[in-house]
Amino acid sequence: MRDRTEKFAWGATFAVLLAFAVPWFLWRSDTVVAGLPVWIWWHVGWLVLTSAAFHLFARRSWGLWIGGERA
Amino acid sequence: MSVALQMGIVVAYLLVALGVGFVAYRITDRTAEDYYLASRSIGTVVLLFTTFATLLSAFTFFAGPNIAAQFGPEWILVMGLMDGVIFGVLWYVLGYKQWLLGRKHGYVTLGEMLGHRFGSRRLRGGVALVSLFWLFPYVMLQQDGAGTALSVLTDGAVPFWAGAGLITVFMILYVVLAGMRGVAWTDTLQGAFMLVVVWTALVWVLHAVGGASAATAAMGDAKPEFLALGGGFYAVPNVLSTAIGIAFGVTMFPQVNQRFFVGKSEAVLKRSFALWPVLVVLLFVPAFLLGAWATGLGVATDGNVLPALLGEYTPAWFAAIVVAGAMAAMMSSSDSMLLSGSSYFTRDLYRPFVDAGVDERTEDRLARVGVAVFALSTYAMSLYNHSIEGTWTLYRIGDTAFGGFAQLALPVAVALYWQRTTRAGVSAGIFGSQAFFLLTVFQPETWLPDLPVVGAALADAWAPAAGVFAGTYFGGWGANVVGMALGLGLTVGVSLATAPAAEEEQSAYAVGAD
Repeated sequence: MRDRTEKFAWGATFAVLLAFAVPWFLWRSDTVVAGLPVWIWWHVGWLVLTSAAFHLFARRSWGLWIGGERA
Repeated sequence: MSVALQMGIVVAYLLVALGVGFVAYRITDRTAEDYYLASRSIGTVVLLFTTFATLLSAFTFFAGPNIAAQFGPEWILVMGLMDGVIFGVLWYVLGYKQWLLGRKHGYVTLGEMLGHRFGSRRLRGGVALVSLFWLFPYVMLQQDGAGTALSVLTDGAVPFWAGAGLITVFMILYVVLAGMRGVAWTDTLQGAFMLVVVWTALVWVLHAVGGASAATAAMGDAKPEFLALGGGFYAVPNVLSTAIGIAFGVTMFPQVNQRFFVGKSEAVLKRSFALWPVLVVLLFVPAFLLGAWATGLGVATDGNVLPALLGEYTPAWFAAIVVAGAMAAMMSSSDSMLLSGSSYFTRDLYRPFVDAGVDERTEDRLARVGVAVFALSTYAMSLYNHSIEGTWTLYRIGDTAFGGFAQLALPVAVALYWQRTTRAGVSAGIFGSQAFFLLTVFQPETWLPDLPVVGAALADAWAPAAGVFAGTYFGGWGANVVGMALGLGLTVGVSLATAPAAEEEQSAYAVGAD
C-alpha cells in the first residue's frame, strides 16, 4: 500500500496545477509586462512549472494510484 | 511568385514525407500489431512529437490564430489549460493505465479493451461504431482544409479537388506502406517543422513591426478589450467547457487513444509526460499571439489571419512554407486518423462480426485496404460537401467531434478504475451520453417537422419537450460537459443497480499491487 500522504500530496499538487493554469486572480487585468499581457507570462511560467512538477512526479512517484513499476 | 514555385515547395515537402514512409516500410513486419502500433516500440522523441503533431491539426494553424484575432489572445490560455495541463494529467491517468493494460493483454484498440473486460462483442463493436461516426467527418474536414489552403495559396490555379486529392493520394501512399512507424516518423518531422515555421514567422513579423511591445501596443489601440483577461466570448463557463470538453475528447479520438499503447517503456512515458506542457506552450504562444497581434497591424481578419499576416510581412516563398506547415499539421493528424480508423474497423467490426478466423497476414492486408477505402470515401464526401458549400449534416458532425469523443472518456475512466463497474453500467454511460449529446447537436424540434408524412405529427408530440436539448445549460456550460456528467452518472448509477454479467472479467484491469 502506497503512503496515503504521498497520494494526497500529489493529488493536491495536480489539482493546483489544473486550477491555476488560468490566473483567475488576474481576471480583467490589462497590465502589460515586457511586451505581453501579464497573464500570458503567468501562463507560460505556469506550464514550465507544470513540466517541472510532472518531471518530479515521474521520478519520485510514478505509478501512484495506478500500480505498475515503482519509480 | 509563380504558382509553380509555390507548388514546388509543397510537393517537395510531401515527397520528403513519402520518403520517410518508405524507410519505415522497409523495417515494418507484416503483422497487424506492427502495422497499427509499431510493435509498441516507440521512443521518447518520436512518441512526444507524434502525439503532439497528431493532436494539433490544421486547427492550430488556421482556426486557432483566427479565434485569437477575433476574440483575443486568451485562446492561448484556453488551449494551454486544455492541452498542456488537463490532457497531460489524462495522459497519465488514462494513458499510462491503458499502456499497462495494452502490454498485459495485447489490446490494439479502445473497443478491444472494453470488449474484453466486459465480455461483450457488442460493446466492442459499438464503441468502434461510435468512434468511426465522429472520426469520418473529421477526416473530411481536414481534406477540406487542405484543398482550400492550396487553392487560396495559388489563387485558384490549383482547384480545390486537385489540392485535396493530392494530399489524399500522398497520405494513402505512406500510410498504406508504412503504418504506425512511418506515420510516427513523419509526424516527428512534421511537428518539428511546425515549430520551426511558427517561430520563424514570429521573429520575422516582430522584426518588421519593431518588437513585441509595439505589436501589443498596436493591438491594445485597435482592440483595448484584448489586453484584459476574460470577458465576452471568454466567460468562465465557456473557457472551462471548451478546455475540459476538448481535453477529454482528445483522449478518446482513436488516433490519440491508440498512441497510449505505443510507448516502448516506462522511461519513455515518463520523459514524454514531463516534457509535454513545455512543448505545447512552445507552439501555442507564438501561433496565437500572431493571430491576436494581426488585429493591430491592419491585416484583414475575415479570412485565415495567419496567411494574411505573413503575406503582409514576409516574402511569398515563406508564405508557401507556412502553407506547407499547415499541410503538415493536417496530414499528421489525418494520416493517424486513417490508420486508427482502419484498425477500429478491422479489429472491432470485421474480425468479431464477419470473420473471426482471419490470420495475421490477411488482417495486415485488410488494414491497408481499409486505409485506402477510408481516405477515398472521405475525399469523395469532402468533394460533395464542397459542391454544396458546406452546410451539410456531415460537416456539423465533424465540427462537434470533440464533444462526441468527450462523452466516451468518463465511462472509460470509471471502468478502468472501479471494479464494480458492470457491462450494463458502462454501456448505459457510453450510449446514453452519446444519445444525449447527439440530440443537443441535432435538436429534434429543428428537424422533426421536415420528416416526410409523419413529420407534423411527431413535431406536435415533441413540442412539450422542445428546449430540453440545448447547446448550453446552467448559464453557459456546454452540452459537451453536461453530457459528460450524465455519462458519469449513468455509468456509476446503472453499475450500482445491476449485477455483473457472467462473461465479465472483473479483474482484467488490475495491474499489480499498489
